[in-house]
Amino acid sequence: MRKLAVDVVVIGGGSTGAGVVRDVAMRGYSAVLVDRADLGQGTTGRFHGLLHSGGRYVVSDPLSATECAEENDIVTRIQSSAVETTGGYFVTCPGDDPEFADKFLAGAAATGVWAREVSVSEALRNEPRLNPGISRAIEVKDGTVDGWQLVWGAANSARHYGAEILTYHRVTKIETSGGAVTAVRCIDERRGEELVIDTNFVLNCGGPWAGQIAAMAGAHPVEVVPGRGIMIAMNHRLVNRVVNRCIYPADGDILVPAHTVSIIGTTDVKVDDPDHLAIEPNEVQQMLDAGEVLVPGFRASRALHAWAGARPLIKDDRVSASDTRHMSRGMAVIDHTTRDGLDGMLTIGGGKLTTYRLMAEHIVDAMCDKLGEQRECRTAREAIPGSESGRTHKVSDRLAEREEDRFDSQIICECELMSRKMFVDAMNAQPEASFDDLRRQLRLGMGPCQGGFCSTRATGIAHADGRLSAEQATALMRLFLKNRWIGLWPILYGEQVRQTALDNWIFATLDVAHLPEPESEVTA
Amino acid sequence: MTTPDQRLVMGEDGLAFAGHKLSRASLDACVKCTICETACPVSAVTPLFTGPKFVGPQAERFRNGESVDHSLDYCSSCGTCTLVCPQGVQIAELNSQARAVMKADHMPLRDRLIGKTVLMGTVMTPVAPIARAALKNKPIRKVMEAVIGVHADAPMPPAQSQTFEGWFRKRATPAGPFPRGTVVFFHGCAGGYFEVETSKKSVEVLEHLGYQVLVPKQGCCGLAQQSNGLFDGATKDVLKLCDDLRSAGKDLTIISSSGSCTGMLKHEAHEIMGVDDERLRDVGTRIRDIMEFLLELHDAGELPTDFSPIEMTVPYHAPCQLKSQGIGKPAIEVLRLIPGLTVVDSNATCCGIAGTYGLKKEKYEIAQAVGKPLFDMVKATNPELALCDTETCRWQIEQSSGVKTEHPIYLIHQAYGLS
Repeated sequence: MRKLAVDVVVIGGGSTGAGVVRDVAMRGYSAVLVDRADLGQGTTGRFHGLLHSGGRYVVSDPLSATECAEENDIVTRIQSSAVETTGGYFVTCPGDDPEFADKFLAGAAATGVWAREVSVSEALRNEPRLNPGISRAIEVKDGTVDGWQLVWGAANSARHYGAEILTYHRVTKIETSGGAVTAVRCIDERRGEELVIDTNFVLNCGGPWAGQIAAMAGAHPVEVVPGRGIMIAMNHRLVNRVVNRCIYPADGDILVPAHTVSIIGTTDVKVDDPDHLAIEPNEVQQMLDAGEVLVPGFRASRALHAWAGARPLIKDDRVSASDTRHMSRGMAVIDHTTRDGLDGMLTIGGGKLTTYRLMAEHIVDAMCDKLGEQRECRTAREAIPGSESGRTHKVSDRLAEREEDRFDSQIICECELMSRKMFVDAMNAQPEASFDDLRRQLRLGMGPCQGGFCSTRATGIAHADGRLSAEQATALMRLFLKNRWIGLWPILYGEQVRQTALDNWIFATLDVAHLPEPESEVTA
Repeated sequence: MTTPDQRLVMGEDGLAFAGHKLSRASLDACVKCTICETACPVSAVTPLFTGPKFVGPQAERFRNGESVDHSLDYCSSCGTCTLVCPQGVQIAELNSQARAVMKADHMPLRDRLIGKTVLMGTVMTPVAPIARAALKNKPIRKVMEAVIGVHADAPMPPAQSQTFEGWFRKRATPAGPFPRGTVVFFHGCAGGYFEVETSKKSVEVLEHLGYQVLVPKQGCCGLAQQSNGLFDGATKDVLKLCDDLRSAGKDLTIISSSGSCTGMLKHEAHEIMGVDDERLRDVGTRIRDIMEFLLELHDAGELPTDFSPIEMTVPYHAPCQLKSQGIGKPAIEVLRLIPGLTVVDSNATCCGIAGTYGLKKEKYEIAQAVGKPLFDMVKATNPELALCDTETCRWQIEQSSGVKTEHPIYLIHQAYGLS
């Protein structure tokens, strides 16, 4: 058993937890972040990639709209390398109420969200694949953000301030004594070793899992209602700006150009267990229909991958529990002292990735209040490491980088232009990372071939460099491919079928199913 | 973002098309099989070009109205990748479009000049002997290389003292009768100014067969501008040419001995530049390569095969732009009707010139390396004569192998007893 002692333990390695541990560390507390898996493996990695301008909420949720507009500016400034300033449109499609655009413009003015109506011809000139039947178009400052880069950026900033980030550490118990938190018990999943962290404060940032975590401290049930949403990535950018339907927020009304793909989403179905999120065929069809409304011919375009995420919504008595779309997106900090008579723990829920920094500020402010300390939040002012220049990401960046180093380093993942050097550097920095962990940082296997070509190359490199035995390397590859296939089955139609057929021939030729195995399977 | 400079060069329509064209949608069909990379004649000889799959369906996913991968200019636009792709990805078209976007801001003077084929012809014809001598003069060519970047050893068009049009107007007009009716002849710039003999022989063969041949006044198809990324000028030229050719008469078959210009009218103007015009569709469906036309006659049992024997073994090279038309290799099938003649298919992918690619000083060596197997094959097969359907390819083969290279119509003309 290993022991640590810190001022604050942050539980949950999504955007909220990463933002919180950064904020805590910047205010001078010693801190540890623990997550049962990798950073950004839950809700944070399973969204559109949309950095909200606030436009989506100007009518339905004015407070969220204003927060989004302000935080969009801040995130673009402090985490520029994770953000692409694509801009966005809200468009009135055939059959949509054209008067909603008037409410939208009024709402934008009232909430401080920048918006400007443009002519339909201008919108179609800039986004030629858009439905030519649109009747109105409003330009907004939507952007896209890479959730994994955002989380890793915040985590690295926290490390810079002395925090420790422990991934693959599952919390098993929150120890209390005399009505106060005293320690957090975890299992190091990779080594099977127990870790006890003595602390006086726990910040519960578990998102959809926050209820389960609060229960570990013996708190009264926190009602988190996970709202499941599915998303589908299309093979290339059908639009270069975020395109939203100009309607009251609904399913499948956003198409986001994230990196090389465009992502349609999403649905909203109340579920009980955030660990088991199905991708239902009818929801896939619903998304393709929704895409067709925005971009005619959408169904004939190639879908690459589908996934589901769970919204971390805290139950709000004002709406029915089954209608998660209209539950407050606003963040809620739960004070367990007043609620459960338990000192030293706060839970945060709700919110959205765009406002992750503000959520962190709120919960850390609340912690400081409880501790009776005045420590100023500085997270909005200081850029995270790697974003000091303020240069935002462009989709063409990787192509330009490979143009520079194409004679020096092989390209391993051709679809996403990941070089051998990028892969080897990442493995050196994180020797324990699985291929999926590396994928989230490098986009390995996230393009059209979905790992058909690059997975075996990556495996060979991992083994040839002496890092992994043949058994470990092939086990990692099989795990990687299994995870890719979870997202392929629901969209196996059209062009992607030909790819999977070819990939299957490759895997069969290489006899991937019968490669050497380690005695115990590797952890995901 | 479109800059004013880009608009000047490409035109609003061409640039808009290059940004969101049909060929971009075709990248969805790519399964990364790499067949195009194994067939690409350029990446086989130089690491400077990253290859058709890389530049085409892969890099295109990273483009958003700009082309940051300048090495794509090493693509010769030969079109082999599109031809061999089993999935229907328009790889060469994607590359041509990306190049047009990339060069739009800083189009080199050379690339503007060598697209002006009519200008070159009209300037050189009146001073043909001087032009011929000048283009063979080493010091002059060195200056040309330094100033405008055309390699000193690259093949140049052979200036002629008389244009095809001059010959056609001045000769005694055939009196008829014309039992087979009327066809229109499209000579192309090279066939008008430089490859005058090819055009003459084509017309004489057609007339021998019993056709009345009309030659309306005609301009350039714009291919050289298109392949250099000058979409605006090329679009204007190709549509003007369609008007010219249509003026000769409705529904008449249009025949050309200029294989590459025929390809421009048949599919390239539409697929690469997005020209979507009834006039182009009309001309594109009526036009035939002359050897394709003769083969169609033969297939219909209408081609006289009273050919005089030619005892010869001759190498034949099918040019890329002919292969891209999806008509097979009609020249081989027609030539094999001549008794005594053995036609050996080069089976080479490309001669290297790819229109104007092999002229450029930075690409000359690559183009020579691409064509090397072909040059060797030609020399080994017949040191006296080789056959090829397109002009710049003939100039390249002749210059690099030292073997006289003619259009296949030469032997048809001879076998019919016309020469």
